Amino acid sequence: MTTGQPLLSVRGIKTFYGKIQALHGVDLDVYEGEIVTLIGANGAGKSTLMMTVCGTPQARNGSVSYCGEDITYKPTYEIMRTGIAQSPEGRRIFPRMTVLENLMMGGMVAGNEHFEEDLRRAFELFPRLKERQQQRGGTLSGGEQQMLAIARALMSRPRLLLLDEPSLGLAPIIVAQIFDAIRELNRSDGLTVFLVEQNAYHALKLAHRGYVMVNGTITMTGTGKELLSREEVKAAYLEGGAH
Amino acid sequence: MDYFLQQLINGVTLGSIYGLIAIGYTMVYGIIGMINFAHGDIFMVGSFIALVLIVALGITAATPVLLLILALALVLVVAMALTAVWGWTVERVAYRPLRGSFRLAPLITAIGASIALQNFVQVSQGAKNKPLQPLFSGSFQLTDGGADGSGFIVNLSYIQILIVVTTVILMGGFTYIINNTNLGRSQRACEQDRKMASLLGVNVDRTISLTFVMGASLASVAGLMFLLYYGVIDFYIGFLAGVKAFTAAVLGGIGSLPGAMLGGLLIGLIETFWSGYFSVEYKDVAAFSILAIVLIFMPEGLLGQPEVEKV
Repeated sequence: MTTGQPLLSVRGIKTFYGKIQALHGVDLDVYEGEIVTLIGANGAGKSTLMMTVCGTPQARNGSVSYCGEDITYKPTYEIMRTGIAQSPEGRRIFPRMTVLENLMMGGMVAGNEHFEEDLRRAFELFPRLKERQQQRGGTLSGGEQQMLAIARALMSRPRLLLLDEPSLGLAPIIVAQIFDAIRELNRSDGLTVFLVEQNAYHALKLAHRGYVMVNGTITMTGTGKELLSREEVKAAYLEGGAH
Repeated sequence: MDYFLQQLINGVTLGSIYGLIAIGYTMVYGIIGMINFAHGDIFMVGSFIALVLIVALGITAATPVLLLILALALVLVVAMALTAVWGWTVERVAYRPLRGSFRLAPLITAIGASIALQNFVQVSQGAKNKPLQPLFSGSFQLTDGGADGSGFIVNLSYIQILIVVTTVILMGGFTYIINNTNLGRSQRACEQDRKMASLLGVNVDRTISLTFVMGASLASVAGLMFLLYYGVIDFYIGFLAGVKAFTAAVLGGIGSLPGAMLGGLLIGLIETFWSGYFSVEYKDVAAFSILAIVLIFMPEGLLGQPEVEKV
């Protein structure tokens, strides 16, 4: 699976917030059809990497390529029109728009012709959203907002879905539902997923491959199973066993 | 009662003009959180563009009615387009380079842009009042003043009808755009979370530019209406009209589109009723006092969104 040209290729990325360096030369590849996860502690730079892929902020050094094309210095809105979609940290639902309007915003990139079909699929994946489609985004529960954030990202018909901490602050049963949905999207539609998680156990079980980030640097990489069995990973990220 | 009716008609007319200008303030505030102090002067520029076009086309009261209406429609469209270019330019030159700068910076350039526009028009068009002969003099008499002729004659002039009808159509169209089109949704998305909007493929800079363009073109409609209604303009009209419209936007709840319309209407009504029943000299004091009172009890305005939202 990990042969040929990667769909997303990150090389030597260094990203700064003002004078503070958040990423110290990160290399990472995501191949078509894979679920790749990036785990690490709070503040390790996982979300920064995901945002750098989208060009906000842009990397100071290094390069991001997508489908073989260098997108490092493209404006964010152009990157997001090439088949990359992101469900960002904190979900960022538009609070004063309805669920339906949030989904329409997601579907704008894809154009009108598939809208009805895509909407139906989003509602199949997350039936709760259908019940709440006329409700304002700000009034949804955390789990519903997470579903909406993922559904909104899917409305753009992405080839590569970037998911930032979809499990954050959610009840275990909701987390399980969301991870099932991700697995299903990958299996049946061949959607490529790049998943950033603190919930290392679930993420590594789900993913084909994983990377571990510490202080803005990749320290380990391997298949999900390999990483799960590594002592360092267990000690640092899986204390208390599987949760 | 008849006198009341007359003031009501006058107030609604004036309120329509304020409302059209107020939309520009409220939308720009909504999307970039900044008061565009040059907006009143954009209204003034729109008014001058309309005057120049009317004179250039040779439109007078003697023009046959059908032709007059067509010509004015043409003036309206061209003035909207040209004023929109001014609005776009002000944003591009004075505000965009400062995006991401500290909050007061664009406020200062806004005042600078306002002064620049006023002086440009003053220099290029002269400082004297510019009169326009009335194009529509007719009116409907709604009351005849009673049998003995002692009552008050209520007039509803054609120009008042034209102003209110045009405003209602434009506001309706505008509300539709904001609520139901991709552009309107993108504008609201940028208002609520600019970064997320860009993550969904929205060109944020372009959306902000279009907001200025839309606000400016509505202000130019107000400029044309003002010109037709009062028959005289000068390079300074943008200041007071701008302050009034800004007050209207704040009264209605800054950032809220229906709020701007409602606020404009209320300011227009307060002003005309105060002038009609109390004193003309204190009409501005009355309008601003009402604003102060409303803001004390409802800081977010009549239809505004509270700042805190459950997320």
